Amino acid sequence: MAYSKKVVDKFENTINEPAKYNVGRFDPKDMDIGTGMVGAPACGDVMKLQIKCEQMGNTHIIKDVKFKTYGCGSAIASSSELVEMLLGKTLEEAKGIKNIDIVEALELPPIKIHCSVLAEDSIKQAIEDYEQKQ
Amino acid sequence: MNLPIYLDYASTTPVDPRVAKKISDHLTLDGNFGNPASRSHKFGWKAEEAVEEARSHVANLVGCDPREIVWTSGATEADNLAIKGIANFYHSKGKHIITSKIEHKAVLDACRQLEREGFEVTYLEPSEGGLITAGLVDEAIREDTVLISIMHINNELGTINDLHAIGSLAREKGIFFHVDAAQSTGKVEINLSELPVDLMSFSAHKTYGPKGIGALFISRKPRVRIEAQIHGGGHERGMRSGTLPTHQIVGMGEAFRIAKEEMASDKKKIEALHQKFYDSVSQIEEIYVNGDIEKKVSNILNISFAYVEGESLIMALKDIAVSSGSACTSASLEPSYVLRALGRKDELASSSIRFSFGRFTTDEDIEYTLSLINHAVERLRELSPLWEMYLDGIDLDTVDWQTH
Repeated sequence: MAYSKKVVDKFENTINEPAKYNVGRFDPKDMDIGTGMVGAPACGDVMKLQIKCEQMGNTHIIKDVKFKTYGCGSAIASSSELVEMLLGKTLEEAKGIKNIDIVEALELPPIKIHCSVLAEDSIKQAIEDYEQKQ
Repeated sequence: MNLPIYLDYASTTPVDPRVAKKISDHLTLDGNFGNPASRSHKFGWKAEEAVEEARSHVANLVGCDPREIVWTSGATEADNLAIKGIANFYHSKGKHIITSKIEHKAVLDACRQLEREGFEVTYLEPSEGGLITAGLVDEAIREDTVLISIMHINNELGTINDLHAIGSLAREKGIFFHVDAAQSTGKVEINLSELPVDLMSFSAHKTYGPKGIGALFISRKPRVRIEAQIHGGGHERGMRSGTLPTHQIVGMGEAFRIAKEEMASDKKKIEALHQKFYDSVSQIEEIYVNGDIEKKVSNILNISFAYVEGESLIMALKDIAVSSGSACTSASLEPSYVLRALGRKDELASSSIRFSFGRFTTDEDIEYTLSLINHAVERLRELSPLWEMYLDGIDLDTVDWQTH
């Protein structure tokens, strides 16, 4: 698989400096945490994304994000890229992030587009989980 | 130590420098470049002599008569020639073929083609340890079975099938027996003068010879006949036409001569490397060896690192050249059909890495690889939600996954 330099760099940075790249977990029971987990082991990728939000006026801001991903190099790079896009965004802005944004940011090859779709699904689910708690 | 480290010898081997020398002696005007089929001058005679010497080296390694060796372009062509050659020649004897689900694609796809031509094929399921036993073959034999094609050593697992047992059964029932032995030469002893095998495929490039050359053993006693698949010129007694590539043939001959001479020392060295590798890697939690470790060659070791996806592991091991059964590394996005045939769950197939060692693998290579593996597996598990769930005691089979 010939990946772009962007995928390779993102993947390597993430595994070499997990803390800096937001690898980790929050307690999913906390009221300010939204958790999304998508994919399946049998399909080769599972992404778990957690957002920590804070209410500011009538909007909610993503203050922190943690993630863990099981999957191929581009799945790991895609989730790591998504995490960076999310930090500091309002939930409305976060809902506007589409898989194509990740595809473009990482120059994903066509056969790996599904990794970006999975990332988009994970943020949708995390936001849904958070909103249900409010 | 040179980086990256090559641990993919089961895929192909580098050409031994002694073989490369031999090849280069058979190319240019001042070398032995003639056409072995030229009967009218010395250039042809000398080339023919070199080809026949190479044929003897191949025959000598596997214990057969040189006249039982037919040159082909590789093991894929040898498999095709054997399977289609028997099926086409003896089709009036029966139209049923037995093979296994873990054969190389060269065998499987040749069988698929015969199915389109009206043959019926039984694809045997291997044991959990990746072996095809005579018992499994016996159950599938029918009145109209004409050919059994079972590999000697599996290329993904390194498991060794009992050719004597399967061959004896085939002889007893009067069924032809073909063996794909592409992974065997130089690794295990083969003595075709005693083995009940009718046809056997060989490859040069798995045994430090060049790519693009292989051979098919076709038994003379008992006499086995095949229908040629490539026509023109009548080379190789009509069984495989086409000008003989002298340089590649002498390359294969030299590689097999060296294999005969050095098999014992190569084997001893590789066994020690395997032991060292296995002793260390087996200390890692939740790893699984694919294929029966008691019945396999030591140059191939296939391991699943649970909760880590194979392609990401290969990326994390960027200084190591290995291959994976992971779907993500294949064009088809399907996990290894061999591992699936063992009944391994898809996720274990996706977590598998095949390490294969060879003549030029050093102790330092193994030590460095082991340190990288330990580091990479630890890092990727830290990143893996599945590993986290495993540590939390969650049974992944009970989770309602959102498949996509």
